[in-house]
Amino acid sequence: MDEAQAIHPLHDKASSRPTLEAWRSLALVTVGPILLAFLLCALALLIAGHDPIAYYLYVVERGVFSGQGLQQTLTRMAPLLLHAASLIIAFRAGIWNLGGDGQFLLGAVMAAALGPVLVTVAPDWITLIACMLLAMLVGALWSLVPALLRAYQGVNEIITTLMMTFLGTSFANVLVKLIFLDPATTVPQTRTLPVEDRLAWLPGTTISSGLFIGLAAVIIVHLVMTRTAFGLRLRIVGANPKAALHAGLSVSALTVIVFALSGGLAGLAGAVDIVGVFGNVRADWNPAYALAVVPLVFLARFNGWATIAFVFFYAVLDIGGESAARRIGVPQYFTLVLVATMFILLALAEWLDQQRRARQRS
Amino acid sequence: MSANGNSASGNPAVELVNISKRFPGVVANDNVSLALWPGEVHVLLGENGAGKSTLIALLSGLQQPDEGHIEIAGERRQITSPSAALALGIGTVFQHNMLVPSLTVAENLLLGAPWWQRPGRAGLARALAAIGKDFGLDVPLDAKAGEISLGEQQQVEIVRALLHKSRVLILDEATSMMTPKGIDVLGQLMRKLAASGLAIVFITHKLDEALNFGDRISILRRGRKIAHLAPERLKALDKAQARSEIIKAMFARQDEQSDAAAPVPRPQLAAKADLDISALSIAPEPGLPGLSDISLTVRSGEIVGIAGIDGNGQKQLAEALAGQRALASGTIRLGGAPVEHLTAGARHKLGLRYLTDDRLAEATVATFPLNLNLLLKTIGEEPFWRRGIEQTREIDTYAEQQVKRYDIRTPGIHTPIGKLSGGNIQKALLARELAGDAKAMIFNKPTYGLDYQNIALSRARIRESAERGLAVLLISTDLDELLELSDRIAVMSQGRIAGIVENGSEARWAVGNLMVGEAA
Repeated sequence: MDEAQAIHPLHDKASSRPTLEAWRSLALVTVGPILLAFLLCALALLIAGHDPIAYYLYVVERGVFSGQGLQQTLTRMAPLLLHAASLIIAFRAGIWNLGGDGQFLLGAVMAAALGPVLVTVAPDWITLIACMLLAMLVGALWSLVPALLRAYQGVNEIITTLMMTFLGTSFANVLVKLIFLDPATTVPQTRTLPVEDRLAWLPGTTISSGLFIGLAAVIIVHLVMTRTAFGLRLRIVGANPKAALHAGLSVSALTVIVFALSGGLAGLAGAVDIVGVFGNVRADWNPAYALAVVPLVFLARFNGWATIAFVFFYAVLDIGGESAARRIGVPQYFTLVLVATMFILLALAEWLDQQRRARQRS
Repeated sequence: MSANGNSASGNPAVELVNISKRFPGVVANDNVSLALWPGEVHVLLGENGAGKSTLIALLSGLQQPDEGHIEIAGERRQITSPSAALALGIGTVFQHNMLVPSLTVAENLLLGAPWWQRPGRAGLARALAAIGKDFGLDVPLDAKAGEISLGEQQQVEIVRALLHKSRVLILDEATSMMTPKGIDVLGQLMRKLAASGLAIVFITHKLDEALNFGDRISILRRGRKIAHLAPERLKALDKAQARSEIIKAMFARQDEQSDAAAPVPRPQLAAKADLDISALSIAPEPGLPGLSDISLTVRSGEIVGIAGIDGNGQKQLAEALAGQRALASGTIRLGGAPVEHLTAGARHKLGLRYLTDDRLAEATVATFPLNLNLLLKTIGEEPFWRRGIEQTREIDTYAEQQVKRYDIRTPGIHTPIGKLSGGNIQKALLARELAGDAKAMIFNKPTYGLDYQNIALSRARIRESAERGLAVLLISTDLDELLELSDRIAVMSQGRIAGIVENGSEARWAVGNLMVGEAA
């Protein structure tokens, strides 16, 4: 697979070089719906009596062009990218790990529990690595029950991972309020990792270097899935489990491994957000990144490069949307309206495109 | 036998007139005429692919004929849908159960009718009591459909047809999964139903059942009705005569060539390893027969055919040998070394290769390119992967070579394999399975669904592999193919080997006899 194909989300390995047709359908299926979503939401703003142009300008200005905003956007990308890496592995192997939020929170809580204590006796870099490894382990363990049920009993993992995510978020709260509570504060939260002990900022900025952990994770996952024997095995399990058995692969063992990797990366996302940005976990904190990343990964067709682009785009909306909404006086939820509209239109365009292709084939 | 008097006068209950039905690439029914008389059990006999299922699909409204028409009680009618068929009095009991397993028998029987016409539980019980008295049918109304036995489920389906006041009842391979006792019960029930004036269509592969329960026998082959035994004729013959007449019709060679005494002798270039199966058993699963006590040796350079009606355990045997299905007991040896404990991948590596009949759903990942599908069973091995990293150049060079060597017609080696024709997918699979150090080969229906040229080509490959010294097990439902290629033919029936026949001038009849069930 050459680079041009790898970057192009509409290209799988099978087809030849990008053609005019492929670029045209990229425009129709991806860019078109996004523009249409902006247009529709502009109409909604107009009807509600707000200035849509001002809103969008604020989003772009705050999310991309203001120095501080861009830094926040890039920092926000770190956990999103790690979730994306977690989902690319799972989805390519045909497994719906929708339990990312539970795995994330437990990873975050364990990192927040370990970090501030360990840092008093060990150097920073050991503390950081230990926090991340512990979070990965916890995330992987939290995916173990759905993994075993799926691998050996054929239980649908969509249900089990969602159930585990509810349990995981509640359990994380229990841990924060009862066990890892910081006695020094009145707010229920864990002890805090001092700012100077957290992941380093990029020189001259406030961008957490967690961004690079996220980028590396997505790129490594992408390369492993597309260019190695291990990744090919997982893709076969995902594309046709019957063929996988026929080809002599151990589908059950591979399933458990996929869950462990996927859960581990979601847990790592939690650790990176804590040791990079927040420093502690407050009770009832749940940013619910994982479910937001699911559609992004699908839109990118599990391609790592395209995923990075979509995650950046989403982070801009997330960061820019918050302040834009505040400034022109619409509720902060308007960002969600915009993103949801976009997803619906993208899905519709995808469906229409498939219909068109089916018609062409017949 | 009962009510042939009915048939002498009046019209048949249903008559198919000059019916033809084509699907892309095959003529499923070719100018078939068939009359179903009230009071008769009409047996349809034929090998797999003879066109029986298509006829049933036409009668039950699932398909429409391309030519010809259907008359019901002397009137030309179209059967546009399954519910129309039911309304016209044609009830079908399909080979595979059509009950909803999680609902009770009563709920299943009430399905389908609009709610305002449903008789309710009490009305149903009344209607059932009447039917039960006449035919000795007793179904447990409150049991879950999934928890009653296969025979009982079948009775429920028959009851359903009777509740709809069917005039014609079609039993599609109803006995294929039943015990001898269950078959007897069903046979008696059929006789009773026929005596009450129903026209019964009974589809079976077993000659004894046909002769024991049938009034009239029609034999289909490759879509055509090739023989017909009317009740008068059937009564005039004794059982042995009827048997030999039917077997002759079912298995006679299609073309004019006379049978060769034995297959063309093959030169053998090298001896490799024998495949030795002994006392192999696997447990049955719902809807699948198990295997019991299969013992068979395939010598290096030998082709052993496995004949039998589809679904008698051939696929399970192939999967058990390949390592895709757990054994209950028994041993499999390749070149003397036991392999039954090894995984499918390890057996492939040792040279025990399995060419499955399910080209699209099992053998390949349809959306993956041809070049990767050629290496599907050897992922991670050198030189195509080094330390687990894909070596694009080696993979592509190898794929180009195989494409040339096996004459795989494809737009390119990166084309998804699912886009190739069946014949070319088969060539790719042959390329994959015969690659490297193959020692024993299991071909499962290797020419099924292929065109003439590709059939010839696949058969040439099978012969070649035996010449190279491989031990070849050839599973096929095509008797001509087995007779053309095999040295010996084992016949499978109900998960057992019913007999092994040396290929020769008498083999056709001997195998045919074993396939339809040896006379008791």
